Parts: sequence; C-alpha cells; structure tokens
Amino acid sequence: MTARVGVVTFPGTLDDRDTQRAVRVAGMEAVPLWHRDKDLKQVDAVVLPGGFSYGDYLRAGAISRFSPVMESIIEQAKAGMPVLGICNGFQVLTETHLLPGAMLRNNHLHFICRDQKLRVENADTAWTSSYESGQEISIPLKNIDGRYVAEERVLDELEAEGRVVVRYIGGGLGGYPLEERRNPNGSLRDIAGITNAAGNVVGLMPHPEHAVEPLVGTGRTDGLGFFTSILKKLVTA
Amino acid sequence: MSLDTVKHAAETPDAAQPWAELGLKQDEYERIREILDRRPTGAELAMYSVMWSEHCSYKSSKVHLKQFSEKAPKSEAMLVGIGENAGVVDVGQGYAVTFKVESHNHPSYIEPYQGAATGVGGIVRDILAMGARPVAVVDPLRFGAADHPDTKRVLPGVVAGIGGYGNCLGLPNIGGEVVFDPCYQGNPLVNAGCIGVMKHEDIHLAKASGPGNKVILYGARTGGDGIGGVSVLASETFDDSKPAKRPAVQVGDPFQEKLLIECTLEVFREDLVAGIQDLGGAGLSCATSELASAGSGGMRIELDTVPLRDASLSPEEILMSESQERMCAIVEPGKVDRFLEICEKWDVIATVIGEVTEGERLEIFWHGEQIVDVPPRSVAHEGPTYHRPYARPDWQDTLQADDAGRLPRPQTPEELREQVLRLVGSPNQASKAWITDQYDRFVQGNTVLAQPEDAGMVRIDEESNLGVAIATDGNGRYAKLDPYTGAQLALAEAYRNVAATGAKPLAVSDCLNFGSPEDPAVMWQFAEATRGLADACRQLGTPVTGGNVSLYNQTGETAIHPTPVVAVLGVIDDVTRRTPIAFAAEGQLLYLLGDTREEFGGSAWSQVVHDHLGGLPPAVDLDRERLLGEILISASRDGMIDAAHDLSDGGLIQAVVESCLRGGTGARLIVPDGLDAFTLLFSESAGRAVVAVPRSEEVRFNDMCGARGLPATRIGVVDGDAVEVQGEFSIPLTELRSVYEDAIPALLA
Repeated sequence: MTARVGVVTFPGTLDDRDTQRAVRVAGMEAVPLWHRDKDLKQVDAVVLPGGFSYGDYLRAGAISRFSPVMESIIEQAKAGMPVLGICNGFQVLTETHLLPGAMLRNNHLHFICRDQKLRVENADTAWTSSYESGQEISIPLKNIDGRYVAEERVLDELEAEGRVVVRYIGGGLGGYPLEERRNPNGSLRDIAGITNAAGNVVGLMPHPEHAVEPLVGTGRTDGLGFFTSILKKLVTA
Repeated sequence: MSLDTVKHAAETPDAAQPWAELGLKQDEYERIREILDRRPTGAELAMYSVMWSEHCSYKSSKVHLKQFSEKAPKSEAMLVGIGENAGVVDVGQGYAVTFKVESHNHPSYIEPYQGAATGVGGIVRDILAMGARPVAVVDPLRFGAADHPDTKRVLPGVVAGIGGYGNCLGLPNIGGEVVFDPCYQGNPLVNAGCIGVMKHEDIHLAKASGPGNKVILYGARTGGDGIGGVSVLASETFDDSKPAKRPAVQVGDPFQEKLLIECTLEVFREDLVAGIQDLGGAGLSCATSELASAGSGGMRIELDTVPLRDASLSPEEILMSESQERMCAIVEPGKVDRFLEICEKWDVIATVIGEVTEGERLEIFWHGEQIVDVPPRSVAHEGPTYHRPYARPDWQDTLQADDAGRLPRPQTPEELREQVLRLVGSPNQASKAWITDQYDRFVQGNTVLAQPEDAGMVRIDEESNLGVAIATDGNGRYAKLDPYTGAQLALAEAYRNVAATGAKPLAVSDCLNFGSPEDPAVMWQFAEATRGLADACRQLGTPVTGGNVSLYNQTGETAIHPTPVVAVLGVIDDVTRRTPIAFAAEGQLLYLLGDTREEFGGSAWSQVVHDHLGGLPPAVDLDRERLLGEILISASRDGMIDAAHDLSDGGLIQAVVESCLRGGTGARLIVPDGLDAFTLLFSESAGRAVVAVPRSEEVRFNDMCGARGLPATRIGVVDGDAVEVQGEFSIPLTELRSVYEDAIPALLA
C-alpha cells in the first residue's frame, strides 16, 4: 500500500496539478481534495498548494481558512497528520494559526519569480528528513506577499526551538539597499519556512513542486526531497 | 428617456440620432437605415457603432488582410483558419494547439495596470473559447525611451498588470519582448499572446445553431465599465441624467477569470456546449451577433435577464459594456441543468438569456418590448469596407539614402571594446530579468524553456514529451526603413528563434501595430507590411492563423514606427532534445552559421552609438532561413549541438554575451578571414545563428552543413571567464554581467 497525499483545490488555487504531479513523481498517490468537501478521503498527509485562493483580495489565505475542508485539516493537523503549506498554502496555515506569524507584501512591492537559494535548517520535520541540516538547495520562489513577519518574541522562540525549517541565502533585488538584499522579500531573519512544535505542519514560501523533474522548471530536482521525506515517514510509520 | 423600441423607431423616422458621437460616418449611418429599411433604434445603433468600429470590423485593413488567406501556403497542420476566435494547428499525437496575439495598446497608455491586465484576460478567453486549456502566455511590449519620465509610469504599471493578472490565472509567461524607442512615447504597444492545447475532437467554434438551444451568459456581472472601449463613445449621449463618462478602460478580476477557465473546461469535458464565444471588445453586441451570424442566423435575447452590477444601466449600455470575464455559450435544452450545476460548483453566475430561433433575425427584447431586430450578418460580418488611399511617403527615399554604412566605426580595439559594453548595457540589449521576473514562468510544471531563451517551450504530454515552442518578434526600425522587408524580417526572426530551440515552425499569428489609416503614408506602410508578410508566410510554408490589427497608434501627426509583431508556433516531438542558448561546456566549438555582410541599417549599433536610423534593413533570404531552420532542428534532434542562439539585433557579440552569461562560461573568438572584427561583431545580417558544437560532433556537423550548402564558419571556443576577441579585446564575465543586468533596474526600479 502506498502513501496517499491529499492536494487541496480552493477557488483560485494554481499549483494543485503541479503538486499532484510532484506527489506522483515521489512515488505516492495524489488525492484531489475540494474546498467545499469536509471529507479528507482518508489521506495520510495533506498539501495546501500555491495560488491566489479567493483572489487574495482581502488578505492572502484569509478566506480559505474558513472553508469546510480546512475544518477537517485543522483538526487532523492537531492530531498529528503531516500538512505542508506551500506559498498561498503557507499563508493559509498562518491564518489558521497552525503556524505563527504572517506574510506581508514583499519589501520591493513586486511579484518576484526566480530560482532561489535556500539552506535547510531543520532536517527533522516530517517534510524535510530527506535533506541534511545545513544543506543548500535551490528551488523556485514566486510570490508578491512573501515577506514573513512575526513578533520578536515569536522569532526568538522559533529559532530557539529549531523551528525555522529553511532560510533564504541572499537573492535580494538589485537596485535596493544591501541590507534589503539579504533575502528576496524582506522576510525577518531570512525565514523561508517554519514548522510547528510537533514538526508535522510545515509552511514554505518557495515551491518545491516546481523542482522535481530535471526537464522542466529550473532543471534541478532539489525540491523532490520534501515529497520523498513524507513518503519515508508514512511508509515507516 | 423612454424606451426606443423597434415600433417606435418605425414610427419616428426623423428622430435625431447620435451616430456621429458614436463614431459612425454619415454614409455608414445611411447604410444602416438601408439595411433595416427604417432608422435604427438606440440599441441597434449602439450595436452597429461598436461592431463597425475599426477595432471590430477591420474596415481599413481587411482588403489587405485578405492576402493572408489568398496567399496561404498549403499546410496539413491547419485545422481552423482565420476568422474564428483563434486559429488551430495540428501538432500530432491527436493534439491541437491554438494560439493568437492581440493588442491592448490604447487602454494600456491611459491606465497601464488595468489596460495590460485585461489584455491578458481577453486573449486567454479567446483561446479558451476554442475549447483549449490555456497553457502559456507571452507579452511583446514596446515603450518610449527608457529614460523618459513617463516610461517610469507606463512600464511598471503594464508589467505589474500583466503579472497581476497572468500570475493569478496560473499561466506561465514564457516569452515576448521588451523594446524601447522614442517613437512609442505616447503610444506604447502592449501585445499579448496565448497558447492553448486540446485534443482534435475538443475544438469548439463560435456559432449558434439548432433552434431551441439556449443562450447562456456566464461569468462576471455586467457593469458600466469599458462602454465603447472599441469605439469613441461619450456615454452621456444616451441619457444626460446619468453619471458622466464611465471609464472606457475595463477593470479586470483575474480570480473570476480563473474560475471561468476551470468552469469552462469542465463543461467542455462533459460535452455540454454546442457553440461558444467570449465577450471581449463590443461585449454582448459582438457575442450575440457573431454567434448568430456564424450559425443559422436566428436568436432571441431577453436583455433584462442579464445580471448587472449596476441596476441603472440602460439596454444600450448593457449591449456595449466591455465588462471582463464573461462568456456566452449555446447549450441544448437537455444539458442546461448540468451546465448551470457546474457553474454553481465554481461559484460562477450563469443565466439563460435567450435562445436560438428559426429564421434569420437577431431579436433583442427589454421587459417584453422589442428593441433590436436585425440581420446578424449585417452587424458582425458585413460591416463597411474601406479602400483607403495609400502612397509611398516622400521622405522614404531620403531615409533609405542615409546609409548607416557610412557612420564612423570604432578605430581602435579600446573603442571597439567600449562600444560592445555600451551596446550590451543599452536598454534594448540589456537583461530584461527585472521585468520578466515579475511573471510566473514555472506554474503548471511544464515549462521547458522561458525568457531569455530564443523561444518559450512547454511540454504538452508528460508521457511522450511532445512540446510546443513560441517566439514573437518585430523590429519597428527595420520596418520604418522598408515595411515590406521589415515584416519579412520579423517573421524570419521568429521562425529562426523557434528553430534554434529545435522546434519545427508550423504557423503564424500576427499583431499589426500601425499609425492612422487615414494617413496615406501609414496606409502604404500597412499595405507593404501585409504584402511582405503574406509573401514570406507562403515561402516559408507557415500560414497565418489569425491575429489582430491595431491602428491609430499615433499622437498628432506623428505615427509610431510601423510595427508588425509576428508570433511563430513550432512543435517538437521530444522536448528532452531542446536546445538552450547557454554556452555551458568548456571546450565546445563555436560555429557561425550563415553569411555575414556589412549590414548596419536599423541596427542596434547605429541606434546606441550614433542615434541613427537610415539606410536599408538587412536583406531577407527566406530559402536560407528555411535551410538554417532545418539544420538547427536536425542538429538538435541528433545531438550535434549543445547550444544555439539566433543572431538578430545587436549582432554576433550580443548573442555570444547572452549565451556566455546564461551558461556562466567565457568564449574566445577569432575573426575569420574575409571579415573585420567590427562587421563580425555588429552586423545584423539575417539568416544567422551561433551554435556550440561538442568536439566529438564537429566532423558530423560540418559534413551536414557542407552537404546542405549552409555556410558554417568556426569562430571560436567556449573557454575561460571572459569574452575575448583575439587581437582586439577581452571583457571579464563579471564586468559584462553587471553592465548587462544592472541597466534596466537602474532606469526603472
């Protein structure tokens, strides 16, 4: 029996089919989940893919968190089910308070799409065990509301507990002051992804699902590890 | 104001009507009266005025556009030709691809963000209406001088609008161009292209047949935005008590469009649609009259059932509104319930607004009273035709006599080096990453190549690795010097760009951007460019499948350079064989394919170094282009080359610098016998490419070129961390990179 990973589609979700493909490339079964449906179809894990759910007109992820499917996901996540939120999915996870902090508009105010260098800081989560701590990887980043912020106290806590999962390594836009070029969007402490205390819920601004095949995207497969990590966890569980 | 019914119009033949304010000419108004055998009602007048506008009727251009059909080469690939929402091409394995380029120039100057955003939305709906899933977009853009203050208003707005809309739709943006020239200062060109993929059996056409079938309007509610966007409407003409001047630019809602896409694809999948049309320019006037005209002719619409954003809209305004994100479908009665159910699933509003009828009249009612009774063909397909006078402008000879070959050339290696750096760092040649990084090029997970590659390429079948490529090109400077040749050069370049990636060019879409057709000089440019393009398409075997004409791109007496933008679509059986531009492997040999002549007219060098435009553009040899294309495709398929870059504006040096920076390697060039360094580096002779050949393939590659008669000259090797021209100069990659990458952010960020 293979692992079953649910991929949620909200109205305005864009990377659902890419995420389903990434799940399949990693050797698992992808199960489409519809936002109006509370039924999680007995999946073993869930990915909230990127996009602009409900147009993000109010605030990224602000409306999706109230959808029926999220009720079930919140409940299951609290019970330990692995959940990965990518980009808009990360925004949804902060809106639900499964993860702390919030995402603001990029400091340069532009949408930015590029191959982004990252360092894996915590390779012990459900979604990162295929990597080594300290490993440098490169996967696409694409967003306009990607600037991670939280209170100092929360940031200290995240760092102290090893809950920063990945960090940006450089990549600020030319034409901006050097301090703002430390990362591509002004995220505090260069945070690109975090986890909850239990390590089962991970939020990630960059898009690993766009880096799972050598042929398309950036031509690298650095993102595949997020999906093989969860496979490893689910089959050995 | 009371309702102007058909009955009322018949009874009041002499009532004054605002035909002139709506942009109609007197003889056009007379013709409407003749067709109807009475004066038109207000609603009818509104419909005719938008449908007979230049934008919708092509009245000035269609006598010339005919050539694209008349001279069309025989192509087995063509499934649907000119006249539908977009052309459809067979790409094999049961797949069909539809693609088209359109303009949204005028709205984008007035309101850059929304103008550009709704340009993307419109072209995507055109593609969707053919039955295809949109898979990629491209955006050919032209702005005024990069350092002009207004460019800093227009460009960031346009780019943010394209990104804001396209990124929200989940469509990868894989190509296009960004060109700066003072001639576009008051008339930026915002063209937008889209590719869609479907199976042959899924092709849908815009026609309404089968009496009793229902007409369903679905998508956004109809509002007062964009009224008369295609004509010249002062909206208060209809009723002076209304708020004045509704904005003529539409406002886009990409979220609504994304729902519309998914919803439409689902109704296609369940085979619920008998005919479909998107609502773009001229809104409901266009959709109803075109659907009826292309079908059996009869249609009855209850206009008061149209869902509105603003309940005070008059019937005329509803007919003319260009509110975005709307589609109109013809559905058999038995399938209506399921259709509405799917719309509900996607939170898309859908309303049955009428039905297909026996007979040949388009009849529109407003709360039971008839306000339109017209033969739909007279609205949609039998608009006026103008044979505008045209004449070669008297300044053309002087312009062509001002030969760029006589401009002073660099005298020393230092001067040559300095000019190379100026060129590479000039706005037109510098990296556009600051712009294109604002577009999502990865979404959908099928992007094989995207800008700055020669062509964008997407995989369309994950099992077989079938893919398509698209490139858009156009050089207004060449076309100004000679519109006939300039249009052919645009096609040749796009064709070459597609072939350079390893894809076989199949078909063409064009966006013809010109000044006022009322100026005989502009009309001559238009006539020459269409003739040149039609002739070249025939010779290259790539038919025009559709496109768009944008006229009146001029401020006062000054028109833009004639700017035919040509998109070429190609197919590649196995995308793993694609050829990128990057020089990545040290030791590989660089070959220059084609002939290099002293051709500098309209060149980037003449513009950057001398601010000069004169002489003749490079000569075109379409047989050579075809041969070069075949060689590039064969070499890619058989693994004889690892990189290829077409040579166009900026010449060889620009191509080599781009390929080196892309791959992170240097190159050492040697000036071959018979050429001087300056000509080698800066000439813009057409029909050329530079390729990187692995040493193990050199003999085989040379043999192939020799046997086919294509000149192939070894000009250097991939090596080191500088671009060096032996005996002349060397420029470290780091220096080139900062000059190339910092120029645009410095001007616009």
